[in-house]
Amino acid sequence: MLVKFIDYLRDRLKMVIRLCYVVLGLLVVYDVSFVDKHSVHTMAEKIPGWWAFFGFVACVLIIILSKWYGHVKWFGGKFRIMSPEDYYDN
Amino acid sequence: MTTDFIHPGFVLIIGALLLPFIMGPLRKPYLILMPIIAFACVLKMQNGTYGVVHFMDWQLTFGRVDALSQVFGYIMTLMCIIGSMYGLHVKDPKEHMAAWLYVGGSLGVIYCADYITLFIFWELMAFSSVFLVWFRKRKQSLPTGFRYLMVHTAGGLILLAGFVLRYKATGALDFNLLDVDHPTLYTYLIMVGFILNAAVPPFHAWLPDAYGEATVSGAVFMCAFTTKTAVYALARGLAGLDILIVLGVIMALYGVVYAVLENDARRLLAYHIISQVGYMVAGVGIGTQMAINGACAHAFAHILYKGLLFMGCGSVLYMTGKSKFSELGGLYKKMPWAFVFTLIGGLSISAFPLFSGFVSKSMIVYAGFEEHLYWAAFLLTLASAGTFLHTGLKVPYFIWFGKNNCSKETWEKAADPPWNMNVAMAVASFLCIFIGSYTPYLYKMLPYQNEAADYALHVYSSYHVSESLQILLFTALGFFLLVKKLAPEPTISIDMDWFYRIGGRGFYWLARKPIQTFDTWFGEVYRTVGLYPLMTTAKFWSWFDWHGIDGVVDGLARTVRGVGTKLRTVQNGRLQYNIYYAVSIVAVLIVAYVFG
Repeated sequence: MLVKFIDYLRDRLKMVIRLCYVVLGLLVVYDVSFVDKHSVHTMAEKIPGWWAFFGFVACVLIIILSKWYGHVKWFGGKFRIMSPEDYYDN
Repeated sequence: MTTDFIHPGFVLIIGALLLPFIMGPLRKPYLILMPIIAFACVLKMQNGTYGVVHFMDWQLTFGRVDALSQVFGYIMTLMCIIGSMYGLHVKDPKEHMAAWLYVGGSLGVIYCADYITLFIFWELMAFSSVFLVWFRKRKQSLPTGFRYLMVHTAGGLILLAGFVLRYKATGALDFNLLDVDHPTLYTYLIMVGFILNAAVPPFHAWLPDAYGEATVSGAVFMCAFTTKTAVYALARGLAGLDILIVLGVIMALYGVVYAVLENDARRLLAYHIISQVGYMVAGVGIGTQMAINGACAHAFAHILYKGLLFMGCGSVLYMTGKSKFSELGGLYKKMPWAFVFTLIGGLSISAFPLFSGFVSKSMIVYAGFEEHLYWAAFLLTLASAGTFLHTGLKVPYFIWFGKNNCSKETWEKAADPPWNMNVAMAVASFLCIFIGSYTPYLYKMLPYQNEAADYALHVYSSYHVSESLQILLFTALGFFLLVKKLAPEPTISIDMDWFYRIGGRGFYWLARKPIQTFDTWFGEVYRTVGLYPLMTTAKFWSWFDWHGIDGVVDGLARTVRGVGTKLRTVQNGRLQYNIYYAVSIVAVLIVAYVFG
C-alpha cells in the first residue's frame, strides 16, 4: 500500500512539484499577512518572508561552503579533507 | 538503601551479570523484563538522597534524586527498553551484557553526587561500550575500539586530575555546581573531561570513528548514552560557564559541515549527534533556567529520535550489509517501513511542527534570544537548516530514492527488518510524535516548571510555527535545486583523529627505533653471556655423561631460551598496551600523591 502510494506520487512528479511551489508561496503569504510579529527580538525578523530567505540562503551556503572545504587542496595541493577510502591503509 | 530507592543502574548491572545463565526460551522475555524493572525503579523514586556509603575518609553518594537527575534517568531507562527490544534477535549474550553495563554506568553517573562515584561509573561506560565496537568483528573494529578506549582513558585522566586538584584545594568531592564565575585550573580540567565525552571539537573525532564502526544494535545504545551523560554532567557542574556557548555553537556548525561530506549513513548521523549536542552544550553555557530546561528537553527528545535514526539506518545495514550512500539507493520498494520510521526520526531531529525536536530545540534558541545572544541564536538556527538538509532529506533521499547504486546482491537482500526491530522503531516513532504533539508530557518533567509553563504558551504560537516551516521548506527547496551537488562520493573525510592515527604512527616509529635497537642489542648480549655458555656447559656434560644428564640439561637450556624469547616479546609489546599501562600508572601516582 505504502509503495503504491509513493509510486502514485512519483508518476505525477510534475504535479507534485508544482503543488510544493504553491505551498511555499502560500507559506510566505501567510507569514506576511497573518503572523503577529510584535514580540520579535530583532529588526531582521520583521522583514516579510525573512525566515524563508534565511532558510534558503542557509541551505545553499552550507552546501557550497562545505563542499568547497571538502574538495579544496590544502598545503600545496597534497591534502584534501575528502580523501580516498583507503587513506589510512597506506 | 531504603525501598524507595532501588538504583536502576545496579538492576541493569546485576541483570547483565546474570544474563549468560538465563538461556533458551527465557532469554528474550528476560531481555525486555530487566530494562522494564529499571524503568519502574525510576518511576517509583521520590526526591531525596539515598545510598550514602562511607568509604575510608570519603562519603560516597549513589542516589541523588531530583528533577535534573530524574529527567535523564527516565529517558535513559526508557531508551534501554527500546534498544534491548531492537537487539532482541542478537544471540550473543555478550553484546547485551556490554550494552546493559554501559547503561548501568550512565545511570550511575546520573544519580551519583560525588566525583569518586562519578569517576568509577564514567570509566565503566567507556570500558563496556568499547565492546559494542569490537563485537562488529571486522578487521578495523579492533583498532577503532582501541582508539576509542585510548581517547576516553585520556579524558578520564584529565577529569581525575581536575577533581583531585579541587579536592586538594577545597577538600570537597561533592558533584555540584562549580564556581563558574571564577573558574580555576581544576574547573577547566573537569570541563575538558566532560566535553571530551560530549564530543566537543577538537575532542570529538572518537564519535563518528566508533559509532560508524559499532554493531547494528550497539550503535543504537552508543548514540544515546555517552554524550547525553556528559550533557547532564555539564548541566549539573558547569551551568553558566560562558565558554560553553561558543563551543556549543562551533559544535552545531562543525557537525553540519562534515555531514555534507560524509558518504556513510551512520557516520553522517554521528556527525549530527555532534551538531545536536552542540545545542545542549550551548544551552548549558547560557545557563538560565529556560536554557537548562531546553538542554534537558533536547537531550530527552534527542535520545529518542537519534536512536530511531540509528535504528532505521541500522536496519538497512543489517538487511543489506551496506551503509554507504554510494552503495545504496531506491530502496523504498523493498524497505518501505524502515523508510517511514527513519523519516519520522528525520522530521523530529529537524524540528518540524508536531515532532519532538520542535518543542525542545527551539527552547534553547529562544533562551539565546531572551539573553540577547543574537549571534548564537542565529547561528544555531542556521545549523538547524543544515540538520533538515542532511538528516531529513539527504539520508532518506539517497537510501530510499535517488540513483539506485545497489549491487544485485544488495537489492536481493533488502527487505523490511525482523519484527522486533520494527516494534522498537514503531515505539520510538510514536514517542517522537507524542512528545511533539502533546507538550505537557515532556514539559512536566523539566527541572524548572515556571519556565516550562511560560514556554508552553509560546511554542505553538503562529510566529514560531511560521518561522520553522519557512526555514525547513525553503531549505528543502535549496536541497532539490542543488541535489546533484550532493550526490554521494566514495570518500572518507579527514578529521581530528588524523593527529593520533598518523601522528601516532610517527610516535610509534620513534618509540620503536630505540626499543628495537635495545632489543636487538639485549638479545645479542643475552645470547653471548647467557645462552652460549649454558649450551657449552650442556655440551660438556653431554660429553661427560651422555646417557645420564643430557636430557635434563638440554631441557634447562630450552627453558632458558624460552624465557629469552618471552623477554623479547615483552619488549615488542603493542603500543596501545604500553600507553594504557603508562596512563594507568600515572593515574595511580596522582591519587597516591594527593591522598598519600
